[in-house]
Amino acid sequence: MKNNAFLNKLRGWRLGATITMLVVVIIWALPTVGLLVTAFRDRNSSISTGWWTAILDPFHTNWTTEAFKTVFDPKYWDIGTSFMNTIAVSVPATILPITFAAFAAYGFTFLDFKGREAWFSLIIGLMVVPMQAAIVAVLQMFVAIDQWLTTIPGNEYGDFHLSGEYPAGWIVHSAFAMPLAVYILRNYMMTLPSALIEAARIDGASHFQIFWRLIIPMSVPALASFAIFQFLWVWNDYFVAFMFVGNHNVLTYTILSMLGQHGEGWQVVMAGSLISVLVPLTVFFALQRYFVRGLTAGSVK
Amino acid sequence: MSGILTALAAVVLGPLATFALYYLMNLLVNLIPSQKVRKALSPYVFISPVLVLIGALLVYPTIQTMIFAFMNADSTEFVGFRNFTKLFADPNFIRTIENNLLWVAVVPLVTVVLGLLIATLTDKLGPIRERVFKSIIFMPMAISFVAASSVWRLSYSWNSNGGQIGILNAIVQAFGGKPTPWLQNETLSINSLLIMVVVVWANAGFAMTLLSAAIKAVPEETVEAASIDGATGAQAFFQVVLPQIWGTAVSVFITVLISTMKIFDVIWGMTGGNFHTNVLGVDFFLEYFVYNNTGKASAVVLLLMIAIIPIMVYQVRTYRKQEQIR
Repeated sequence: MKNNAFLNKLRGWRLGATITMLVVVIIWALPTVGLLVTAFRDRNSSISTGWWTAILDPFHTNWTTEAFKTVFDPKYWDIGTSFMNTIAVSVPATILPITFAAFAAYGFTFLDFKGREAWFSLIIGLMVVPMQAAIVAVLQMFVAIDQWLTTIPGNEYGDFHLSGEYPAGWIVHSAFAMPLAVYILRNYMMTLPSALIEAARIDGASHFQIFWRLIIPMSVPALASFAIFQFLWVWNDYFVAFMFVGNHNVLTYTILSMLGQHGEGWQVVMAGSLISVLVPLTVFFALQRYFVRGLTAGSVK
Repeated sequence: MSGILTALAAVVLGPLATFALYYLMNLLVNLIPSQKVRKALSPYVFISPVLVLIGALLVYPTIQTMIFAFMNADSTEFVGFRNFTKLFADPNFIRTIENNLLWVAVVPLVTVVLGLLIATLTDKLGPIRERVFKSIIFMPMAISFVAASSVWRLSYSWNSNGGQIGILNAIVQAFGGKPTPWLQNETLSINSLLIMVVVVWANAGFAMTLLSAAIKAVPEETVEAASIDGATGAQAFFQVVLPQIWGTAVSVFITVLISTMKIFDVIWGMTGGNFHTNVLGVDFFLEYFVYNNTGKASAVVLLLMIAIIPIMVYQVRTYRKQEQIR
């Protein structure tokens, strides 16, 4: 009897929780649904009626892909190029820091040396330093490097330069991601069985061989977590791209420009935004498990 | 297209070059005849490239910025504390600092409480409902703040003549209220609060995920024991579950706190810092890129840094404590 009452209470609780969550989830999804719907409306309706009127009366709505044509038009917004530029920034800016961080994480986990704790504390401390703190001086450093590059014969006009180009973005993204990357990878490597590494040492393997043949294959989950985290971060970044890769418009830059001129209708901004979120959402839904693990491992950034 | 080719080359050559660099350094160190020196140097084969990168692009520039904060607009002469006295003499800057404080007071707390609420509510709903609900809440995390700004600016938008296309004004109108341009509404910082909604919307999934993992790690027996002792659901939650997930809640709070202190993109996208929604992160950007004043921009950053130092100390301390447990 008592058990039954308990079950009823539990059922009641579950029903209440489900209803509350449904309300929360609808509120949460509304803006995204608005994005999806508006992108496929025509200009007149998008500037005169709310997007929900299109859903409430879907058969009398003039669904169109007109906005996408505007957005992809090379004479107009040319978002296809922005999309490619974003890939060109994001992919190397994901892979490069991982390579460096993996080596460092190995050093911090499996090698004993003086000052190890101090160096690592520095890295932990740097995780919270705001990017803004370094930006000004790094910009100036790159300008100085460009100046120096013009002394190279054949480059008097500075055709070969760093500021505003992809490599500048890769370098800056790598450096800013480094503390978190080293931290996440080291935390993961700490959980690997050290007996295995000692056994390999006794068998005469060098640190290099252990790193490459043992540690890297075993660290794949952590490497994947960080890769997803970093990729989403760089893809969605506006700050670094604006300041360091100014010669190539990335998606965030283009959308912000669209937003500045939304007089041509919200459908254009939404179509652009939709294109910009396609890749991160795909990555996110396909690799959610790894992403969540990455978050749990390095909840600091 | 050339961008993609450069990127492709970087993806292939970058890791190869990196590996070659480490390999070469390793080779060089192994050439050293003295075993003692070799042993002392070999760890640095692994860590020195990262130390150099961090030193050149994080530590040195940060110190440089601190020095710039005491120099004039184009960093040609020292001006003492003039940048700071100028900043604090400006009522707009005082408002900026007040806004930052408001952000810090509201966003981390609301995010953690909401994340905790969602994590608790979804916990016992069965795997399918839990997964669907969580995915929807979590999704905004994958979206850039720029895209989020565009979506939310539409939601908050205002039409001067009749039909409202922004959902907020449509709701206000449906309840008989008068639609207003929300993002320009400075009364009680309502525009700042509405921008905070965007950040909470984006971050709640993060808080939920970590807190949900923590809740699932709470041993069933402890909750059962409490309910046998006659504790109500609320009592069991506050006295048994909450203390066990407190550590996670604090770390989520700190993480959101740090990102809130230096918030930039979303305010830049929503209002550009106008209508008194400015914060330090945006002010830095304006000082440097719009007014070309390196001194003042650096001074703004230095203030931000000073505010962050206590959190930094806390982080390093927590790490040290964890190391002792290991």
